[in-house]
Amino acid sequence: MDFNENFIRGCSAIGAGLALIAGIGPGVGQGIAAGHAAAAVGRNPGAKSEITSTMLLGQAVAETTGLYGLVTALILMFVKPLLP
Amino acid sequence: MGYGILMSAGDEVDFMIKGLFKYSFFGHEVWITTSHVCTLIVILLILAFAIAANITMRRASEVPTGFQNVVELIVEKLDGMAEGTMGKHAAKFRNYIGTIFIFILISNLSGLLGLRPPTADYGVTLPLGLMTFTLIHFNTFKHHSIKEVWVDKCSPLPPWLPIWLPINLIGDIAVPISLSLRLFANILSGVVMMALVYGLIGQLALIWPAALHVYLDIFSGAIQTYVFCMLTMTYITNAIGDAE
Repeated sequence: MDFNENFIRGCSAIGAGLALIAGIGPGVGQGIAAGHAAAAVGRNPGAKSEITSTMLLGQAVAETTGLYGLVTALILMFVKPLLP
Repeated sequence: MGYGILMSAGDEVDFMIKGLFKYSFFGHEVWITTSHVCTLIVILLILAFAIAANITMRRASEVPTGFQNVVELIVEKLDGMAEGTMGKHAAKFRNYIGTIFIFILISNLSGLLGLRPPTADYGVTLPLGLMTFTLIHFNTFKHHSIKEVWVDKCSPLPPWLPIWLPINLIGDIAVPISLSLRLFANILSGVVMMALVYGLIGQLALIWPAALHVYLDIFSGAIQTYVFCMLTMTYITNAIGDAE
């Protein structure tokens, strides 16, 4: 079977869109982290700054998987590795 | 258009790295790109600051004034960060951690000057990750014998049954890749967002993109700098373990 160039471009665009579904994971994860941080501040308001910095560090690490999806999508869209 | 190093140079969405001019290096075609130029600008900024700090600290007074205050504050904060994570091992690594912290921070913030941040190029972040990788394994072998390393790499199974060894090795190789991709993708996402705003709705982008810059360049950049240094220090501390 031979596919023409436009078919591959279209499929790459669909793949890029599907890759961004990875954004769900970090969203849920960061929300959970923020929720627990809010609960922790409620229990111990004195440690607010420490809790906030720990939360931000954890969220930044949790964001990584979503960014892998973004990189995949950008590669599919702009580097076009599937085109002959 | 297309040959400026400024991000918002044209009317269309454009966030790619551009080649400025090419030269022949032993028969290979090598391009000087915007990343090189922006890295050079960042390095010159840091160099100017370092020379100014050196001149100031040569005639430092007991009670700090003016610029000396700023320099002492920066050094104290960076040393405090290294000491808080690495404990007694901080003395050997605080210079390195401080250096990469300042370099990555200024690189991330250079988006504010209209440059394309050098850290939005995988060729800049991968060497940073590989330096961390080298430091981790240099310190592992410096502080542990070959036998200890072998036992550690075979864990959680006993050392005469190295089934788990490939998985541990893949985990080791994933460290620099995840470190560098995290930094790269965060900064790149900021660059893409700003390129979309300036490229697609350039007429409407008057003052409010400043808020986006505050989030994408300053906040995200600073957090990622902190995360990179924090993870580097944690990995090195783990590699040293409880030796000595």
